[in-house]
Amino acid sequence: MARLLEFTLNGRPRLDAVADNLLLLDYLREQAGLTGTKTGCDGGECGACTVLVDDAPRLSCLTLAAGVAGRRIDTIESLAHDGRLSAVQRGFHEKLGSQCGYCTPGFIMASAGLLRRNPRPSEEEIRDALGSNICRCTGYVKIIEAVQFAADLCSGGASP
Amino acid sequence: MNEIVKPAATRIVAPVVPAHNIGDYVPMVDGPEKVSGRAKYTADFLAPGMLAACIFRSPYSHGEILDIDVSQARDLPGVKAIVTGADCDKTFGVLPVARTEYPLARGKVRYRGEPVAAVAAVDDATARKAVSLIRLKVRELPGYYTANAALAPGAVAIHDYRPNNIERDVFFELGSVENGFAEADLVREATYNCPEVCQNQMEMHAAVAEYDPGRDRLTVHASTQVPYYVHLMLSQILGMDMSRIRVVKPHVGGGFGCRTETLNVELIAALLARRVGGSVRLVINREETFITHRGRPETDIRLKIGMRRDGRITAVECDCDQRGGAHSGYGVVTILYAGSMLYAIYDLHNVKYVGRRVLTNTPPCGAFRGHGTVNVRFAFESLIDQMASELGLDPFAVRRANYLNAPTFTENDLMVNSYGLPQCVDWVEQQSGWTNRKGKLQEGRGPKKGLGMACSHYISGASKPVNWTGEPHATVKIKLDFDASVVVLSGAADIGQGSSTILVQTVAEVLGLDISRVRVVTGDSEVVPKDNGSYSSRVTFMVGNAAIDAAQKLKNVLIAAAARKLEARPEEIECLGELYRPGIQHQGLTFNEVVSEALRDTGTITVTGNYSTIPESHGGKKYRGSAIGGTMGYSYSAQVVEVSVDADTGVVTVDKVWVAHDCGKALNRLTVEGQVQGSVWMGMGQAMSEETGYHEGLLLTGNMLDYRVPTMQDSPPIEVGIVESNDPHGPFGAKEAGEGSLAAFLPALTNAIADAIGIRFDDLPVTPDRVFAAIEKKRRAQRNGRA
Repeated sequence: MARLLEFTLNGRPRLDAVADNLLLLDYLREQAGLTGTKTGCDGGECGACTVLVDDAPRLSCLTLAAGVAGRRIDTIESLAHDGRLSAVQRGFHEKLGSQCGYCTPGFIMASAGLLRRNPRPSEEEIRDALGSNICRCTGYVKIIEAVQFAADLCSGGASP
Repeated sequence: MNEIVKPAATRIVAPVVPAHNIGDYVPMVDGPEKVSGRAKYTADFLAPGMLAACIFRSPYSHGEILDIDVSQARDLPGVKAIVTGADCDKTFGVLPVARTEYPLARGKVRYRGEPVAAVAAVDDATARKAVSLIRLKVRELPGYYTANAALAPGAVAIHDYRPNNIERDVFFELGSVENGFAEADLVREATYNCPEVCQNQMEMHAAVAEYDPGRDRLTVHASTQVPYYVHLMLSQILGMDMSRIRVVKPHVGGGFGCRTETLNVELIAALLARRVGGSVRLVINREETFITHRGRPETDIRLKIGMRRDGRITAVECDCDQRGGAHSGYGVVTILYAGSMLYAIYDLHNVKYVGRRVLTNTPPCGAFRGHGTVNVRFAFESLIDQMASELGLDPFAVRRANYLNAPTFTENDLMVNSYGLPQCVDWVEQQSGWTNRKGKLQEGRGPKKGLGMACSHYISGASKPVNWTGEPHATVKIKLDFDASVVVLSGAADIGQGSSTILVQTVAEVLGLDISRVRVVTGDSEVVPKDNGSYSSRVTFMVGNAAIDAAQKLKNVLIAAAARKLEARPEEIECLGELYRPGIQHQGLTFNEVVSEALRDTGTITVTGNYSTIPESHGGKKYRGSAIGGTMGYSYSAQVVEVSVDADTGVVTVDKVWVAHDCGKALNRLTVEGQVQGSVWMGMGQAMSEETGYHEGLLLTGNMLDYRVPTMQDSPPIEVGIVESNDPHGPFGAKEAGEGSLAAFLPALTNAIADAIGIRFDDLPVTPDRVFAAIEKKRRAQRNGRA
């Protein structure tokens, strides 16, 4: 069965017919054409598909599209403002928190969620917040530096 | 003439100097795409009307195929095509000597999960449903899941051409181990087991194939490390002329070796696309990606070393068995590397190696980061650490007693020109505070603390390519046109390691331009020159040198044009990047003006740069397997690992890693650090938690929870020291940085655990239950000893 889904996607109102069993991940990639959100596993193992639901990180592969009615969804495509990278995006780019880039959207959204609720996280809090995202390239060292760099930018007024 | 070139009043007034970037921290040139979600990976190429594909995989480990019944699947509405082994009788494989694998099984199935049939349908759900309706009938044969089982007398041959299930055996003895052991003050022998591990790169395998029946042309987007191999194998499997095939490599989400070989995924997608005369997307899931495998084989090693009282190694005897899986893949190379790369790190003279690559009914292994060298290095560095302890020597002293005297050729004819191992060893000793801290870390009754060290090395690309065509090892083109943008064209596959960034950097450096003026185009066989691909850490060395050659040629063209315009001799022209002038007093020409002049006669300029390895680096023919391991430059690594061991739970925590890597010259310090940290961490996964598991050939660890890679919470700070030995042949002196630091972590960890609790772990991974059991065993032995 399908139903009408009304919600806010990357700041814009959206109305779509979605199948009841459609995952938010597949909706974003296949229906909305937002392929920045990545599929990295067979469900709930890797964090590559992390998006923000009302500012809180959520695995879109474990979320039904129909379940986000009335909610505000932000994906990786929403972060840059006027074409300029956000603080977290700059951190991951400039500090090499991203190598192959495949886990990056998930890490960036989880980091943005962290900084929205906790603008000055300790290293321990960063490790906690990103502990369920897997990266196979970096060894995480530069990801932590990227988030710390972004937190510094945010304390100067930038948005995460 | 002089009036014409007289500068306008608005000309740059600041002093012009050539821009430099080599040795800087340079963020990746494709970083903005990756952090904004704009970077497209193969599965992101969606198009209306594209069909979805799904693979039917063998539920049997070993059997003769009697029947494949696809009738029910074919009748399912929405199914557009089904292909089986009957549709393709050609074989593929990465090595010309072992192309023995069918994209879809024919005659026999050889491992659980081997592709047998594939469906193209209107959507994923229909394709999956159709696959569930396919029936395979086989006459089951015994399955062999360990090397020993496959080698047992009377075992059925997995492939007819290998009646004893040995894919390749290797034997060499250089010098005399008998004499070497006789000279030793201490001889020790131990056995080591390293289980199979998997790359588990973040992007699951995917291919998008598009066939145009009107033109008989095929385009394949593939998540590959070597588009050129995919091109070759598509041609072979489909029986299509290579000129009718186009291979595109979009962004690739990691590889670590499993995508060096052409995989059945690309080939099956292409077979389906040709059958339906349209577009097919095949994206396999995580479990299937594990089954496609091409990881590091389970390896059993027996190692015997002779050592003098001063730490000098007098003899090495190494037996190495690898459980290779059901197809050859890279196997022949892996088992040869394991032997030849005993050399080129220490000065060894009496070495005997016996290697066996065994075929088994498990998914095929391949080339995994540190190809062939990692498990043997683990054994070697473990045993010399143990022997150092018995002789009362510091582990650093043992390494120092065995340094090579570079430049040199090793006993097995490997050319070593630059050798930064001593500097690496010194750096980690100092940075870790080894001398003052070793043996003094314990605080009260808390976790047991320990320090361990080890070394490793790796090649900067194999000096002999897999496919010997007589062409240069690397070719790079640069295009310069009316817009004065410098466009680098290269087939080098950026898989996240940063090869595109290195191309931009090297070309910009030679031309003295800011990197923002240089663009790079890669990954489309229709546009870029062929490249041998991203494997064996060859790209920076070989493609980097080709890029320098191309940039130098372009610079010569520009200097000639400037000289012509300025009525000067070329040797008088000073190139300052954005300004060319015949002496400091002259206003000179801007880069754009020089480009306009250069284009005047020829139009668009393209230059070609090449690089080939020198014959001295190819290794001699003295013994079987000698062709392997030759490279233009070896990287070196030393590591110190600090651990805490909780004796009550067996949990080992890595508190800190110090790693020094000799990469010749860090062209980009940021990406060198990132590569070294990533290598160390991947070694940590293999050492501490990663291991594939099977039950009678059925994969038990086909997800990232059961195949456990370290999370951010498990992962230590990794401090990187860059050692620059300036290789005489490397681009600006550079060698590899992306693999060599992996291997040293494994023994440095077990050496640190031995330091902490006095127990050696010769079997990996060192999991909490293994550690706990060993501690309990030791406690019991101590209690019994007292009683």
